[in-house]
Amino acid sequence: MEKYIFFTLSGLAIFSAIMVLVSKRPVHSVLYLILCFFTIAGHYIMLNAQFLAVVHIIVYAGAIMVLFLFTLMLLNLNLANELRKSILARVTAVIAGGLLLVTLVAVLKGLDASGPIMANTQIGMTTNIGKVLFNEYMFPFEAASVLFLAAMVGAVMMVKKE
Amino acid sequence: MIVYLIYKVALITTILLLSLLIAMYATLVERKFAGFIQDRYGPDRAGPWGILQPVCDGVKLFFKEEYMPNTADKFLYILGPCLTMMVSLLTSAVIPWGGTISIAGNNFPLQVASSSVDILYIFAVVSMGVYGIMIGGWASNNKFALLGAVRASSQMISYELAMGLAIASVILMTGTLSLQQTVDQQTSMWNVVYQPLAFLIFFICALAETNRAPFDLPECEGELVGGYHTEYSAMKLGFYLFSEYINMFISSAIMATLFFGGYHMPFIDKLGLSPNLLTLLGTAFLFVKIFLFLLLFIWVRWTLPRFRYDQLMKLGWKVLFPLALINLIITGIVMLLK
Repeated sequence: MEKYIFFTLSGLAIFSAIMVLVSKRPVHSVLYLILCFFTIAGHYIMLNAQFLAVVHIIVYAGAIMVLFLFTLMLLNLNLANELRKSILARVTAVIAGGLLLVTLVAVLKGLDASGPIMANTQIGMTTNIGKVLFNEYMFPFEAASVLFLAAMVGAVMMVKKE
Repeated sequence: MIVYLIYKVALITTILLLSLLIAMYATLVERKFAGFIQDRYGPDRAGPWGILQPVCDGVKLFFKEEYMPNTADKFLYILGPCLTMMVSLLTSAVIPWGGTISIAGNNFPLQVASSSVDILYIFAVVSMGVYGIMIGGWASNNKFALLGAVRASSQMISYELAMGLAIASVILMTGTLSLQQTVDQQTSMWNVVYQPLAFLIFFICALAETNRAPFDLPECEGELVGGYHTEYSAMKLGFYLFSEYINMFISSAIMATLFFGGYHMPFIDKLGLSPNLLTLLGTAFLFVKIFLFLLLFIWVRWTLPRFRYDQLMKLGWKVLFPLALINLIITGIVMLLK
């Protein structure tokens, strides 16, 4: 049962990820990206990380992608005024993508996939994540929150007229 | 296993049908109530006191001509109302509708899915609610529809924040994300007594999230023709209109659960009835609370005029958001000192 769910989710995730790239209309790309996020949230649930799954949906699908969609709707990009990239830009993009692939392959090659990776299967529950986050990783967590606050204040300042 | 499966399917079907039925009759109650406030009768032709009116409305919507604009994005145009309907029905999965019913030694809790992240799940579904409207409004390829969709999305994003902070202060107090436990903790005293401000903020945000008056700017007929559903007709329009009533029903249920003790009835233990009967009585009591909230929703609609858009944004960001933040901080301090 779990195997079938895993393969369905994975297939859907890869399909939607590819469709993000090949869709002609930007709004369709964004919607496929949202579908991709949902399949990844499904994977989190299968790993018993309910908190991560739900927060993933709230933050990415529920907030960030709404803003993406919002902007795209206002821009109203059409097929007609699509930007054509120059040859140099395309070649650079291919090389950069190829380098990323090489890095990924190198990382996966050194991976020992013989045994189960996760030692504690309950780490994904809300209570456990909270305990780890506010004990072991207290300082990085607070530092990140200060960083977010600074970014928010900066955004408000940029929007404000004079 | 098979008994469990049958019970789950039966429960889901019952809740689905009940949501649809209540949403159907909420439209009639709304029109009757509007009639009462405006000193007229309201619909009274179809059946005694007009009780067949929702059926007539439904039949009318089904048999209207299906119309689709030429320039619409076909797939997304159809996806919009379907998504709205689906999202408004999804939340009912985690609401505890009652205690447990035991038949022949098996215990059946009246909650479709209980997880450790119930309240976060509600957040997630609420934040999905904006997509149906945005997709429908954009795919119609009409400027009024697009304006309505943009208004809806910015309004919903803005009010989600204050709503989230209001719920966060309740979570801080109860210390659990499970709705079942939230209800159980309210046997002695309802949460609303400790968190009146959080409830007020939540209620105002619920009005904004369901696009009800005085926050119904996305479908503001004076400025935007029909807002995001300008180009819709027949049952696709019906889905949009109907999902508003389902949203009202579900958010009433959430308010009753989070702040007003859910299915707990005061002094219910003193009645000396059998456990199953007590469970059913509790469920009935929950529905009484839900109906009162539905009436409140309707009452607000026919009492208050619509906000202007800048007033709406000001209220959301400069009044509700800081208030919710202060409420959260005070709750945190009190919980620390206790």
